[in-house]
Amino acid sequence: MDIVVCVKRVPLTEEVDLVIDGQKKGIKKDQLAFVLNDWDNYAIEEAVLLTEKHGGTVTAITVGNEDDEEVLRRCLAMGADRAIRIEAGDTSRFDSFGISKMLSRVVKDLPFDLVFTGVLADDDYCGMVGMMVAEQLGITHANMVTAIEIEDGKVRTTSELEGGLGEVSLIELPALLAIQTGINEPRYVSILGIRKAAKKELKVMDLSELGMSDEELSPMAIIDEVYLPPETEGAQILAGDPDKIASDFLEILTKKGVME
Amino acid sequence: MSELFVVAEHRLGEIREITFEMLWKAGELAQEHSHTVTAILLGHEVSPIAESISDRADKIIIFDDERLKNFNADIYKETIAGLIEESKPILTLIGNTSRGMELAPCLAVRAGLPLATDCIDIMFKDDKLIAQRQMYSGKIFSDVSFAPSAGYILTIRSGVFSKDRIGDRQAEIVKKDFPLKDMPLKKDFIEFVETAAGDVDISQAELLISVGRGIGEEENISLVKELAEALNGVVSCSRPIVDKNWLPKHLQVGTSGKSVSPKVYIAVGISGAFQHMAGVSGAGTIIAINKDPKAPIFRTADYGIVDDLFKIVPVLKDRVLETKKG
Ligand SMILES: Cc1cc2nc3c(=O)[nH]c(=O)nc-3n(C[C@H](O)[C@H](O)[C@H](O)COP(=O)(O)OP(=O)(O)OC[C@H]3O[C@@H](n4cnc5c(N)ncnc54)[C@H](O)[C@@H]3O)c2cc1C
Repeated sequence: MDIVVCVKRVPLTEEVDLVIDGQKKGIKKDQLAFVLNDWDNYAIEEAVLLTEKHGGTVTAITVGNEDDEEVLRRCLAMGADRAIRIEAGDTSRFDSFGISKMLSRVVKDLPFDLVFTGVLADDDYCGMVGMMVAEQLGITHANMVTAIEIEDGKVRTTSELEGGLGEVSLIELPALLAIQTGINEPRYVSILGIRKAAKKELKVMDLSELGMSDEELSPMAIIDEVYLPPETEGAQILAGDPDKIASDFLEILTKKGVME
Repeated sequence: MSELFVVAEHRLGEIREITFEMLWKAGELAQEHSHTVTAILLGHEVSPIAESISDRADKIIIFDDERLKNFNADIYKETIAGLIEESKPILTLIGNTSRGMELAPCLAVRAGLPLATDCIDIMFKDDKLIAQRQMYSGKIFSDVSFAPSAGYILTIRSGVFSKDRIGDRQAEIVKKDFPLKDMPLKKDFIEFVETAAGDVDISQAELLISVGRGIGEEENISLVKELAEALNGVVSCSRPIVDKNWLPKHLQVGTSGKSVSPKVYIAVGISGAFQHMAGVSGAGTIIAINKDPKAPIFRTADYGIVDDLFKIVPVLKDRVLETKKG
C-alpha cells in the first residue's frame, strides 16, 4: 500500500489583525506563524496508520519554497518515509489548477495505490486541488472521508454529507481520497522527532525537471482584489469590569426568558 | 443571451435547499442580463423533484435512470460535461456541498473551464464575471475574476442566497436518454450511516452553551459544563471538539452536525466559521465569548464579550448561582 499525501503550509490567522498587502492581492505574512494545514495533518496520520497496518510507503509532497520544508519535516517525523518539494518560485502566481497540474505530474511517476489530500486548506479555503489531481491522474475518488478500510484490493470509505450523514462506498484502487478532520487522532510530534527525521529523504524538484513552463500553468482564476469584510452592525459588546459584564449577561438571559 | 446551468442537488428523494438558493441567484442574474435558467437533474424517479422546481427554471433537463439512483461524481461529471459542450452555458452553478465539492473540480478539469469554489456572491461588471469569496476563515474577502472562457463553473456556499422563487417561470421539461448506461464504475455505493442519536437532542434545547477550540484542553470543558448546569442549559460544541473526541458527535452544531434553534445560544471560544454559524441561524439570540475582537463570530452575534473565557466564564457562573440563591 503506497500512499502519496499532498500537504500545504498555511498561516495561523487566529487572534491576529490581518493586514492587506500593498498590491491588494493577499495578506502580509511576514509576521505570521505557519503550521501544517489541519486537514493535511489528519491525512498524513491516516496514511501512516494504514501503512503501519498493511505495509508500504508514505510520500509527502508539497509545492512551495524552502520555508515550506518545515511541514514536510513534520510529516517525516510523523512517519512518512520520504518527502518531495516542488520548487516553483512564488506560488501566489498559480491557482489551484496550476498547483494540481504540478502535483499530478510528480505523482504520476511515483508508485501509489492511494493519494490523499486534505478536504481543503485553511488559508484560501478553495478545496479544489485534490479532486483536480484525481481527474488529471484519471483515477476515482471520494470526498470528505471520515473512515477508511482496505478490503482485498479495494478501499471502503465513509464520506460525510451535510447533517452528519455518512455515505459508505467501495472504491477501486488506485484512488484519491480527500480526508476530513476527525478521521483519527494525529500523533504528537516532538522537536526531537523532527530532528531524528532529518535523515529521511527530502527531494526538491523544480519546474524544469517536471518539464513544465509558466505558460501551461497560467491561472484560470485570478484574485482581483482582497479586502477586509464589509462592516456589519455586529454584536453589541458588553463592556466594563467582569462584574458589570455579568450583570448585563444576566439581564439579557432574563429578558430572553431563559433564566428561571 | 446564454443559459445559466444549475445542477440540482437532492438526497434520498428530497431536494436540497441549496438548489433553491442557486436557482434564486441564477434567476436574478438571468433577469439582469437576459439569460435563461436551466436546471440539470440527474437521478432515478425524479419527477416529484422536477415538480418542486418547475416554477423556478425556464428549462429542466432530466436524466432519469436506474444507474443514477445513487450519486456518483464520475457519472455526473461525464453527463454534465456533455451538456456543457452541447449548450455552452455561460455559468454552471453547483452547490459547495460535500458532493458538489467532489464534482466541480473534476468537471472543471474535464470541461477545461475555470472554477471558483465556495462563492458568496456573483456579479457581472462590464460583462466581466466576478465571484466573491472568503479566505482566512472569513477574516478576508476576495473578488476573483477569470481568464476569458466560453463558460465558467462556480460552487455556491449554502445559506447565502434566498430560497424564494424569483420571477415568473414555467419550465419546459426536457427528458434525455442517459448516455452512460455502460460506463464502468470504479466506485460503488454501499449504504448510508446515521450519527448515533445520544441521550440529549440539542435541536430541542432552549438554552445552549456551546464550547469551541478556544477551550484548549479536554479537562477545561468542565468550566463550560458548570456554567450550563448553573443555567439549566444544555452543552453543545463546534466540530474540532468532536474531532478530538472530547464530546460526542450528536452535540455538534453546524452543517455537518445539527441545526439548532434555542432562545439563547452562548458560544464560548468559537470563531464563527460559516459551517458552524449555518447551524445556529434559527437561534433567537447569540451571545459570543471570545478573546479575539476580530473573530468573525462578532459579526453575526447579537451580544459579545471580548475576554479570556477562563477569566469570564467562572465569574458568570458564580453570578448565576448567587442570583438563584438570592
Ligand atoms: C465540510 C466541512 C464541514 C464542517 N462542518 C462543521 C460543523 O458542522 N460545525 C462546526 O463547528 N465546524 C464545522 N467545520 C469546521 C469549521 O470550518 C471550523 O474549522 C470550526 O467551526 C472551528 O471551530 P472553532 O470555532 O471551535 O475553532 P477555531 O476556529 O479554532 O476558533 C477558536 C476561537 O476561540 C478563541 N479563543 C481561543 N482561546 C480563547 C480564550 N482563552 N478565551 C476566549 N476565546 C478564545 C479564538 O480567538 C478563536 O476565535 C466544517 C468544515 C468543513 C470543511
